[in-house]
Amino acid sequence: MHNEHTNQHFQLRIDNGEYIEAKDYMPDGYRKHLIRQISQHAHSEVIGMQPEGNWITRAPSLRSKQILLAKIQDEGGHGLYLYSAAETLGISRVELIDQLHSGKAKYSNIFNYPALNWADIGAIGWLVDGAAIVNQVSLQRTSYGPYSRAMVRICKEESFHQRQGYEIMANMMKGTKEQREMAQDAMNRWWWPALMMFGPHDTDSPHSSDAVKWKIKRETNDELRQKFIDKTVQQAEIIGLTIPDKDLKFNEKTGHYDIGKINWDEFHRVINGNGPCNKQRMEHHIKYHNEGAWVREAAEAYKKKRLAKQLEIA
Amino acid sequence: MAKDTQLDLWEVFIQSKSGLPYVHAGSVHASDAKMAMQNARDTYTRRGEGTSIWLLPSKNIVASNPDDNEMLFDPSNDKVYRHPTFYVMPEGAKNI
Ligand SMILES: [Fe+2]
Ligand SMILES: [Fe+2]
Repeated sequence: MHNEHTNQHFQLRIDNGEYIEAKDYMPDGYRKHLIRQISQHAHSEVIGMQPEGNWITRAPSLRSKQILLAKIQDEGGHGLYLYSAAETLGISRVELIDQLHSGKAKYSNIFNYPALNWADIGAIGWLVDGAAIVNQVSLQRTSYGPYSRAMVRICKEESFHQRQGYEIMANMMKGTKEQREMAQDAMNRWWWPALMMFGPHDTDSPHSSDAVKWKIKRETNDELRQKFIDKTVQQAEIIGLTIPDKDLKFNEKTGHYDIGKINWDEFHRVINGNGPCNKQRMEHHIKYHNEGAWVREAAEAYKKKRLAKQLEIA
Repeated sequence: MAKDTQLDLWEVFIQSKSGLPYVHAGSVHASDAKMAMQNARDTYTRRGEGTSIWLLPSKNIVASNPDDNEMLFDPSNDKVYRHPTFYVMPEGAKNI
């Protein structure tokens, strides 16, 4: 039977490669895992607008300003696609925002780092969006239909993000000595946090096994991280940037790059609220969310007035 | 102060090219049709993805229940006469 309400039958559908839709039976844990993951993903898109938004007024040319504006608008859109997908699971937008503000829901740790200069905008597009893309390409085949469809839409838009960042880095590496130093400095600061975006190693990832069993995640944290490293090393080399890892080495046996030790203490320090920008990011979101409340109230009041008028006429 | 509602939910359908069917793109929040149209345009058609948009308040969508799938979507294998290949055409008949 297609719709048998048991976890066993649900797993059978997953194993058959079927997609799960909003009204289908799903185990509680599956729903909870999805709400946590999709909302974290949505919040990351939205909070991620802040470090880049900081540079709109200071972009070095009209061309770069237009590009940055378009990219940031895309990220806002990605947040909205994902909030929609999360809402199909029975959680409201208000609850999602509340969970972000109360700290119950997380967003990607990477956005707790500051964008200090223009090279950081290059590094964010190239490395941060680049890492996000590796994860998102894999999530296009996630088992929850609305999430998968949002990912397909997002992936179509992301490749411009990474290319515009890489172009900034490449141009700076062709510039003055100071510009090359700025680019390398941005690389040094963003490389490790970008690797941490994929999450803990598979051996100590608390949510991984269910997520893989349910095909919410199609590849593990370490597999995705390795893909990103293998792609990025060559891109750094051809524009003359050095990867800030003295242990980085191509492994002839595996065909992959081996890297040095990731500093997970730093990761946990930042994720637990002690990164350079955690407080600022959240205060900014809460402030503008609250300042926008009157607009939503006015829109509701206008709607009610219009409805009343319609009733009068009818 | 009234509860922050984040406005009503609307479903967005987009026709990517004239002549093609309207396909569900996702949803937006808006207090009325005009705002929903503006939001749908900004959210789902920034790169020429569409030539036309349909909007529908989500609460007005009627969806089938997955519990009824067997009854509703039975492949009707016993009704092969619904397919053109069921019929035997006289030898030599053309354009049929
Ligand atoms: Fe994005
Ligand atoms: Fe992006």
